Amino acid sequence: MSNKSSEKSTENSRQYWQANLRLMYVLLAIWFIVSFVCGILIVDYLDQFRFFGFKLGFWFSHQGSILFFILLIFIYTWRMNLLDKRYGVDEGE
Amino acid sequence: MDISATVLTYIFVGLSFSLYIGIAIWSRSTSTSEFYVAGGHVHPIANGAATAADWMSAASFLSMAGIIAFEGAAGARYLMGWTGGYVLLALCLAPYLRKFAKFTVPDFVGERYYSQAARLVAVVCVIFISFTYVSGQMRGVGLVFSRFLEVDINTGVIVGMTIVFFYAVMGGMKGITYTQVAQYCVLIFAYLVPAIFMSLMLTNNPFPMFGLGSTMVGEEVYLLDKLDGLTTELGMSAFTDTNKSTIDMFFITAALMAGTAGLPHVIVRFFTVPKVRDARISAGYALIFIALLYLTAPAVAAFARINIINSVDGMKYVEAPEWFTKWETSGLLAWLDKNNDGIVQYRGGNALQPTKPAFGSGREDLGQRQLENLPTANENELYIDRDIIVLAHPEIAQLPNWVIALVAAGGLAAALSTAAGLLLVISTAISHDLLKKTFRPDITERQELLYARLAAAVAIGIAGLFGIYPPGFVAEVVAFAFGLAAASFFPVILLGIFSKRMNKEAAIAGMLTGLIFTFSYIVYFKFVSPGENNPEHWWFGISPEGIGTLGMIFNFVVSFVVMSVTPPPPQEVQDLIENIRVPK
Repeated sequence: MSNKSSEKSTENSRQYWQANLRLMYVLLAIWFIVSFVCGILIVDYLDQFRFFGFKLGFWFSHQGSILFFILLIFIYTWRMNLLDKRYGVDEGE
Repeated sequence: MDISATVLTYIFVGLSFSLYIGIAIWSRSTSTSEFYVAGGHVHPIANGAATAADWMSAASFLSMAGIIAFEGAAGARYLMGWTGGYVLLALCLAPYLRKFAKFTVPDFVGERYYSQAARLVAVVCVIFISFTYVSGQMRGVGLVFSRFLEVDINTGVIVGMTIVFFYAVMGGMKGITYTQVAQYCVLIFAYLVPAIFMSLMLTNNPFPMFGLGSTMVGEEVYLLDKLDGLTTELGMSAFTDTNKSTIDMFFITAALMAGTAGLPHVIVRFFTVPKVRDARISAGYALIFIALLYLTAPAVAAFARINIINSVDGMKYVEAPEWFTKWETSGLLAWLDKNNDGIVQYRGGNALQPTKPAFGSGREDLGQRQLENLPTANENELYIDRDIIVLAHPEIAQLPNWVIALVAAGGLAAALSTAAGLLLVISTAISHDLLKKTFRPDITERQELLYARLAAAVAIGIAGLFGIYPPGFVAEVVAFAFGLAAASFFPVILLGIFSKRMNKEAAIAGMLTGLIFTFSYIVYFKFVSPGENNPEHWWFGISPEGIGTLGMIFNFVVSFVVMSVTPPPPQEVQDLIENIRVPK
């Protein structure tokens, strides 16, 4: 009996961890795209487009990437708090 | 009534210092847990502000906008590099380290890798990285004092040290945290006010970060296009063009990001919040607070560049404004009248050879300082040290005296808050990791606390000496701190959390590989053979500034190879990893 319940909790932890990793990979991919791709690798290509008074590539590397970083952390926090509750591993008050 | 900028600066700096001391008295630490991690009771928003002040140093406050002003688009490596690391921290490190619930980074390395040797390697890295970094802060303190309070640099450093001594030694992490919250408010206010003034003057937009993308007052042309035009006209490279190779930009940015996430004084801040979910959101708040300055920095840079070009190019030296001659007296600005017309020509290229001015003792006919440098072939006659941009731009734009005084107080807040955070990390590494956990496990908590305070006091003394007798290599070794953190701590902590197979052998081999490789590369190009420090000789065109990324890749590769041929970590360590992966 106790063996079974511990197996169940191990399975629960495993699924929680997998869900956590999936979320992390998606957000890190966006992190890489807005900074390394848009801000460095294809910055010259993007510079032919305008975004208000900025060249688009310049905007990504100087301001846009930072705004995305903030957004990514808040999305992560929000989704992780939901995951914690769903898998019953949240810390409570 | 017109009070001089110097008197106002004394008042502002005096008021802010009294505030810091008041907070220190109110928040004394009485236990090691309070001294090391403020008892783990810091609200996530307060921790966010404290992290921001801890993180934003004299380099962010004083130097960054100056670098962007002169380098233009390539300055983005600092903007992205010093913010992107927070995404790594929030997603990959902070929550798990908070769950681990210990005091220091070497603590984590030592326990996760069940090895005192690994702990010692970590302690050495922590101390080296932190001292490197702290000496830069002391230079910032000296710079502000000597220019604005017109006191000797040494006096300035001693005053700064006394203040830090007071609240770091008495208050420990608890004192530092609440002081840093106050310092954040001072520094962000001091950064934004002049930027808002300048944004209004140039673009009529009260938000500097949007002003950067607006049109110039009274013209139909966008500010950045105007600046590109001005710079190209004068034979400089256009402001929004990058003059660095893509691969170097990539590697430097990556090294700064991973380095940020691996810097011990930043990581330790996430030990101070009550819960795992607080650690996640706290990184978000920290980044918002940091972004307020970082989104404004490129605007300050562009505004300052325009104002400098407009105010000094074509100016008669005898009619030079006060700020110009004062900075010349400080030795951070120099003018060499190449064509003997008495007029300042500001053009592309370095004016002097060698690049930094070497002043003679006397003055030339028009009153400018004598230079021993040879003229270069181009027409440029002006040398401006990029570190003065933030401090000088309120004067260049002729802002009121109280704004100038405010900037001085802000610069001091930025330098002191970072210095305090670093000194605490050094003292903790010594009293906790070296004494309590390694050499003197029998000491009581009271003794440990006493040793922590003593270590903090000694560390402050050494940092002060660095400020008074700045070793010539300070600027050269800043690349060390980030490169080494990226090549050593970041992979070891990351794999420690995400790989259960990661073991002691792999961690030590990986850390040593990353460290030795990065260290040797930087030492070779900066000290052994500085003449070869150019893209032609760099590996794959990667500068010493960015080599930490390659060191980090080597660290990962060596770790994977070693862990696949050595036994997995013991069961209790695997249980520890399971445990830190879930909040409850």
